[in-house]
This record gives sequence, structure tokens and C-alpha cells, in this order.
Amino acid sequence: MAGQTLYDKLWQSHLVEQREDGSALIYIDRQLIHEVTSPQAFEGLRLAGRKPWRRDANLAVPDHNVPTELRERAGGVAAIEDPVSRLQVQTLDDNCDDFDLVKFDINDVRQGIVHVVGPEQGVTLPGMTVVCGDSHTSTHGALGALAHGIGTSEVEHVLATQTLIQQKMNNMLVRVDGSLQRGVTAKDVALAIIGKIGTAGGTGYAIEFGGQVVRDMSMEGRMTLCNMSIEAGARMGMIAVDDTTLEYVKGRPFAPSGEMWDLAVAAWSDLHSDEDAVFDVVVTLQGEEIEPQVTWGTSPEMVLPVNGTLPDPAAIEDPSRKAAVTRALEYMGLQAGSRITDIRPDRVFIGSCTNSRIEDLRAAADVVKGRKVADSVKQALVVPGSGEVKKQAEAEGLDRVFLAAGMEWREPGCSMCLAMNADKLGAGEHCASTSNRNFEGRQGFGGRTHLVSPAMAAAAAVAGHFVDVRDWQEAGQ
Amino acid sequence: MRAFTVHSGLAAPMDRANVDTDLIIPKQFLKSIKRSGFGPNLFDELRYLDEGQPGQDCSRRPLNEDFPLNFPRYRGASILLARENFGCGSSREHAPWALEDYGFRCIIAPSFADIFYNNCFKNGVLPIALDAAIVDRLFDQMYASEGYELTVDLQRQRVITPDGEEIPFEVDAFRRQCLLEGLDDIGLTLQRADAIRAYEDRQRIDSPWLFGAIR
Ligand code: SF4
Repeated sequence: MAGQTLYDKLWQSHLVEQREDGSALIYIDRQLIHEVTSPQAFEGLRLAGRKPWRRDANLAVPDHNVPTELRERAGGVAAIEDPVSRLQVQTLDDNCDDFDLVKFDINDVRQGIVHVVGPEQGVTLPGMTVVCGDSHTSTHGALGALAHGIGTSEVEHVLATQTLIQQKMNNMLVRVDGSLQRGVTAKDVALAIIGKIGTAGGTGYAIEFGGQVVRDMSMEGRMTLCNMSIEAGARMGMIAVDDTTLEYVKGRPFAPSGEMWDLAVAAWSDLHSDEDAVFDVVVTLQGEEIEPQVTWGTSPEMVLPVNGTLPDPAAIEDPSRKAAVTRALEYMGLQAGSRITDIRPDRVFIGSCTNSRIEDLRAAADVVKGRKVADSVKQALVVPGSGEVKKQAEAEGLDRVFLAAGMEWREPGCSMCLAMNADKLGAGEHCASTSNRNFEGRQGFGGRTHLVSPAMAAAAAVAGHFVDVRDWQEAGQ
Repeated sequence: MRAFTVHSGLAAPMDRANVDTDLIIPKQFLKSIKRSGFGPNLFDELRYLDEGQPGQDCSRRPLNEDFPLNFPRYRGASILLARENFGCGSSREHAPWALEDYGFRCIIAPSFADIFYNNCFKNGVLPIALDAAIVDRLFDQMYASEGYELTVDLQRQRVITPDGEEIPFEVDAFRRQCLLEGLDDIGLTLQRADAIRAYEDRQRIDSPWLFGAIR
């Protein structure tokens, strides 16, 4: 019998019941809850007179709607100016009180984007099944967990039963061999993968990321990579547990300690694919060939190396692709054949569950240190992923670097990643953004998003147009 | 949940690939704490010329006359013909809620994003994946004849065109059964409570760190 993949092992160890019709009942170890996708689930429980199956498996934290300006934030929930947002955050609080679930309040130092908070607090751990009513739950797979987003009906299902009815996915290995060039980051790797396999390339698969480049990545980088599995069409992405994982998890507030830690570590040592495991599909990339990436269109697969030129629809044969490129160029207000480095962002956003961890902020600060944001850039926002990240960044003086460069330093939350709060693009504005989605209107009605790494976003803020951060880093030395 | 057995209705087009859930229902409407009322904001950025706000009276907003769902010939449509990777992006169940609230009971496309596909079944909306060439043909037929109606028979797993052609489709047995009977799957799962408890008892011994941490 062939060996098992990491996904096979995680699936197998959480199987409550395999059913004859091919579906399975899978046990869920952790559910993370936020304000946007949970109210209707709690309402469903209430209407059916049901209670959460296990309260100690859930953690709630508001993130999508919270204001990021200190002035508005300081007053807590009651001070949220948008009444609809306020009601949603208040509803999360009330639901957690009613159902006796643990939550972090909006001004708790542990508050932040749910996918930053989970690993940071040791709430999500290797070997777990982790779900959340949010597609970027794939992030937690970086810890060697089986983690994926679910809809609100499933949030309710997990609350009520601690399980989900699932179909097993196929296995895909994305292997990134070799090493990365200086200035090329996990974000560029993620975008390069999506550029290669497309936004539906991973549909129906659980992706495991492997290869030397991934083994060499920090946990922050691995989280960035797994985070964007969903942009490649896969609900879940994961990475084998190694010493990097263990070092990261050890000592986190909710992680096991003492004897329990030793027990856990022993169990986690099996969390990798067997040598002879068989994947349904294997995709390989060579690390040295990956350049800093910039998206130019309205889908994450519309991505190019920073020195690339925009596609010309006239040269595309496939009619549906031709139409998509034409529409994207029109929406983005860009000319076929023009260069990525000619694009001038009006705003810059450094944040989101993809790139708001301490390492991301350090990378951005490195680039802007001693420099100024270009006059043509109206706003450059830096939004840490959690209160803990913010505290750490301030301890390292990163906030002062950003402020001195003319950037804004905000309170943690999703912010301009999806613009549910006051942080958004105006119609027609271009944004260099470290988030994960460049869909039409994602960052504001009519807004135009270009996805990049934190260092690339920071360099664009200073230069006033996209630049190859590799040149800068050499020049800066 | 509303059961789905046989449904006949007018087909309408959403003729582009990779339609994401942000496009199906933009984020400003996600602030609602209700499950209903999203229909008027389905495809909001395409349907209207202005930027929609929650709680607004949509009947007074300027319509985008170039958007097919605003064409009189597609009024009252309940079957949506779409292209590949429909429903990609965020996991928001508001997307199928909006489709359902608008009146769509069935979506036919060459492929769907996983989470969206799953969410549809929980809301009495049937997503049907057919060969791209077949979907192409349905689009052509729909464009060619006003009032183009399809019948979808979930029991027999067939899409039936106006000229009687029967196109078979696949759907997994469990989801099909739930939809046919309009079953609440939480209730079904709770019938297996003993199996869940037995699993937990084993895990408490094998992996005790998984329990009791969050309090
Ligand atoms: S940061 Fe963006 S992608 Fe991440 S959870 Fe928040 S809204 Fe979603």
C-alpha cells in the first residue's frame, strides 16, 4: 500500500464515520468565529433550541468591521460610527455571552484578524482540524493543520455538532525547489503559483506545499503561502510540521506546555507526507526563477513579474480569455502593452491576513526607512494584524519608521483588505496592496487593486510607481 | 430548507468566467445580521449604476440597462447559466442567499468554486456542473430564443431543454437526498451523537491537549 499524504493522515485521524454514499463525518477541533459570518448561525441555533456542542473548541474575535483609527477605536464597540457595523460587532459580543463562548474584545491586545490571532495565541495547533466562516482559514494549514473556510450553515453545524459532513479532496503537491532570490518573498511565491495554475487550478484539491524553498520559510512566510491557497482554488493548503513549526508554537498562550507539550510533539512528528505517498497532481516551481510579482487585473491569476508588460487582447486567441483580459484592462484603466512599472498607485495598503505579521512589517519598514512616501500617493496605510503584532512592532520602533516616512499607523483589523469599515479606495484609484484579492470593487467601489508583497508595496509608496525592490535593496546597501 | 425536486423556469445568463462572491454580493451588504433580503443587491455593482448601500430602496436606483438581468426578457428567471469557476473567492453564504432571494433555484456552469458549491446545497439552490461544450450550447439556445425555459429534475438527475433533450448530471448522493427532502442536516448529524462522543472519548485519551484549552 502506498504511503499517506499529510492530508490523508489529517483526514483519517478526524474521521468519525465514513458513509456509504461517499461522504464522511469529520470531527472539528477548533472553530474561529468573527462577526460577519456568524450572526445567522447563532440565530439558527436559537431557533432550533440548540446549544454549542463544546464551548472550549471555539474562539471569537471581531475583525472585519472594526474601525482602525485610534480615535474611533478607543471608545470600544459603542463608539463605532457606522451603525450597521456597530450592530454586527455588538451582535457577536451578545451571542458569545448568550452561548458562553470565549471572545477577545475589540480593544483586547489579543484582538486582531482571526487568521493572525489563531496561530499567534496557540489556539490553532498542528494536527488539528480548524474551520472558520472565512475562506482564508487555509492560513492555519501552515502549522500542519487541516484548515479551511466554511459557510454560515456549516458554522452552525459545527457549533451544534462539532463535526462537518465532508467529501474527501484529491491531493496536490506544489513543490518549490531551490532557493529564493533576495527581495523575493512568500507572497511572490504564492502569486507565481496562482499565475501558473490559475484561480481554479486547485479546485477539488487539498494542496500541500513542499520543497526546499518552503522548508526554508519562516512560519510567517508559510502562513502567507497557505493563506492564498484559496486564490488558487483550493479550500486548504498545508505544510509538514518541522522544527520551525515547533519553535513557533512553543510557549504560545493556548498551546500545551510541560508534559502535555512533550506528548503533543511526539504525536506531531508524524505530520508529514510519507516518502512513498502518491499525489494526484504535482506542480513544481524553481525558486531562483521567481521574481517579485504584481497583479495587473481583476483576478489574482492576472499577475506578472514586476518587469513585465501588460497583455494585449488582440494577441489572445481563446475568446473567453480575450474577453476577460479586455474587461480587466478596461476596469483597471490600463493600456495593453504598457509596463507594470508605469502603474502609479494612489494609495498603499500594508496589512490583511496575508501580510500583516511582524516579519511583513519589518520588511516594509526596511524599505521605507529614511525615505518618504511620494507626493503622488494620497495615503499609505499600515495596519498590523493583531494587537500583539502592533505591540511588537512598536517595541522595535517600526511605527516611528512608518510615521516618519509619511505613512499611517493603525489599530489592528481587516481594514482596506475588503473595505467593510471606513478604509477604502475611491472609484478609479489604484492601490498597491499586500492583501489577497483584486476583484472588482473589493477594496472600494470602482477601486483598482494590485497585489504585491510588503516590500514591493513599500517601495511603490516611496517611488510613486511600481519598482523592482531587488534593485533598491542592492542600491541601498 | 426548501426541498428541490423538479423545477422549471426561465433561464438567464451570467456570461463571464470566474464570477467571484464579491461580485455576487458586495461586502457592504454583509453587515446584515439576517439571512434574507439580499435579493435586491444580487450582482449589485453590475445591476445598478450607483454604489449600493445597505437598507436602501433599490427600486429608485438607476439601473444598468446593459446588464442582462435587467432585460425584460429575463425578468422572473430562476435558472442561471454561468461560466467556469462560478462563485470563487470568499466563503460568504450571503452569495447563495442573494441568489435564492432573487429567485434563482438552480445554477448551471462548467465548474464551481468548492465552498460556494457546498453553500448552495444548504440553501435549496442546486448547482449543476455540465461539460463546457454543453453549457456553451445552452447559452446559444437561450440567446437565440426569448422565453427559453429549462426543466431540472433532481430525482432523475436530468436537465431538460425546451425541445426535449435530456442532459444527465452528477451530484453526490448525500447532498441530493438532503435537497430532495429539504432535510436539516444538523438534525441528521445529531442522530449520530453517540458516534461523535465515542470519537471524542478516544481523542481525550490519545490527544488530551485538544480539549479544555479555551476557557
Ligand atoms: S484580512 Fe481580508 S482576507 Fe483576511 S480575513 Fe480579513 S477580510 Fe478576509
